[in-house]
Amino acid sequence: MSKKIGDVILDVKNISLSFGGVKALTDISFNVREHEVRAIIGPNGAGKSSMLNCINGVYTPQQGSITFRGKTFSHMDSHQVAVMGIGRTFQNLALFKGMSVIDNIMTGRNLKIKSNLLWQALRIGPAQREEEMHREAVEHIIDFLEIQAYRKTPVGQLPYGLQKRVDLGRALAMEPQVLLLDEPMAGMNVEEKQDMCRFVLDVNQEFGTTVVLIEHDMGVVMDISDRVVVLDYGKKIGDGTPDEVRNNEDVISAYLGTSH
Amino acid sequence: MSFFLETLFGGLMAGMLYSLVALGFVLIYKASGVFNFAQGAMVLFAALAMARFSEWVPLYTGITNPIVANLIAFVGAGVVMFVVAWVIERLVLRHLVNQEGTTLLMATLGISYFMEGLGQSLFGNSIYTIDIGMPKDPVMILESFFEGGILINKEDFYAAIIAAALVALLSVFFQKTATGRALRAVADDHQAAQSIGIPLNRIWVIVWCVAGVVALVAGMIWGSKLGVQFSLTTVALRALPVVILGGLTSVPGAIVGGLIIGVGEKLSEVFLGPYVGGGIEIWFAYVLALGFLLIRPQGLFGEKIIDRV
Repeated sequence: MSKKIGDVILDVKNISLSFGGVKALTDISFNVREHEVRAIIGPNGAGKSSMLNCINGVYTPQQGSITFRGKTFSHMDSHQVAVMGIGRTFQNLALFKGMSVIDNIMTGRNLKIKSNLLWQALRIGPAQREEEMHREAVEHIIDFLEIQAYRKTPVGQLPYGLQKRVDLGRALAMEPQVLLLDEPMAGMNVEEKQDMCRFVLDVNQEFGTTVVLIEHDMGVVMDISDRVVVLDYGKKIGDGTPDEVRNNEDVISAYLGTSH
Repeated sequence: MSFFLETLFGGLMAGMLYSLVALGFVLIYKASGVFNFAQGAMVLFAALAMARFSEWVPLYTGITNPIVANLIAFVGAGVVMFVVAWVIERLVLRHLVNQEGTTLLMATLGISYFMEGLGQSLFGNSIYTIDIGMPKDPVMILESFFEGGILINKEDFYAAIIAAALVALLSVFFQKTATGRALRAVADDHQAAQSIGIPLNRIWVIVWCVAGVVALVAGMIWGSKLGVQFSLTTVALRALPVVILGGLTSVPGAIVGGLIIGVGEKLSEVFLGPYVGGGIEIWFAYVLALGFLLIRPQGLFGEKIIDRV
């Protein structure tokens, strides 16, 4: 298990975000290195999802900048983010409910499909080969996530834990360089959590994908992440390796709930 | 027997035209999850554009060949519908990303009134004709099978062929292409679709544009049958039960729904009408749709979405 952690790939600087009078994030800075598993943790309402949504371009922060691969943005554009190779999963499942598992994951290949509409429609020559190639990549992901048996099932009918896997699969189909996971283990039982941990670690190690994940189960996070950012009430209260964070007094008080 | 078949054919032809309008609803619903109230207004707008262009082309360019003039008018009206799609995306839809379906529905209601007004101030509000050279004379077929054969309207027959071709094309587009898959994805979840790099804005322009072209074809055929006038918008109301019957998410559903309603209307009017005093044609479609809402709300071919509780 040797992985090389590279240079900073994603650098978040002084991000502030508020909704009317509510300050969701105040002056948050942290960076993510290539190939690492970086966790953002914190109690409910700490601003974790808001942070992810700023990186993903869903929210536009009032202040600060985000640098990805040397390019600096004051705010990100959802489409552009996907094009640059940042994939994400959702805390509340956002799958395409009417479509089968395969079709859901196939949509993740959307950006990679190059042949034009006419060829796609006629299914001739290069378009047909391309479709087969993408289908093969998707089958690979399905094997990897161990959901072979549910290929053709409409995702709306799958149990929650499996839907979470399909969500991950769709993001993986993009072959992202950075994968943003919004509470991938929320609402899962112990066994499902262990499976999900294994998938996340495998993705990170086998494909070298950089992972940024949000979680509020401390136990899970400490086991799988290289470095951890801790947020509380929209402010950063800790940043470092799991051990450093575990011994940080602010973090302990945030989690044990001393008065603010 | 031959009278029954004549009625049946008449119903099928009328049904094909309902299908065309219903198709517009289905397309936009499938691709953006929006029930587009403006479809009727789009049919009127497109038909008005087509009617006036075909009038203006010979007048200002001196092209007198009716086929060429109509072709130019059709392309012109197509361009107009593209501009309409683009403007709607720019001014309305773009600002409503990730909003509730109801919000979008209300927006299309607004678009509908706006387009009805704009269409009439741009193109005039009299009754216009579209003459695309469809043969109007009825024709006898199957004379060897029946005494006297079956009388059908040639115009209806051609219209049905055009509609069928359009439908086949769209079915392939939605089911077999990656772009079609992207459209279905957008309909289900805007945010998720964006996160995997499906460009919402472009998809919406494509869809409204396709729906605009469908509206144009529907408007052209209706217009050439009945003339272009404000009452064309009510055709959309006829298509409403069709989409309920066929399922809002299904292209084949729109077709089958349209045919069932067309045939049902005509047959019930002719064969049941005398017993209940007539007028069945007016309410038949709506009662059928109501029945479907009670027993099979997703329609004949609609996707059944099971929500976990």
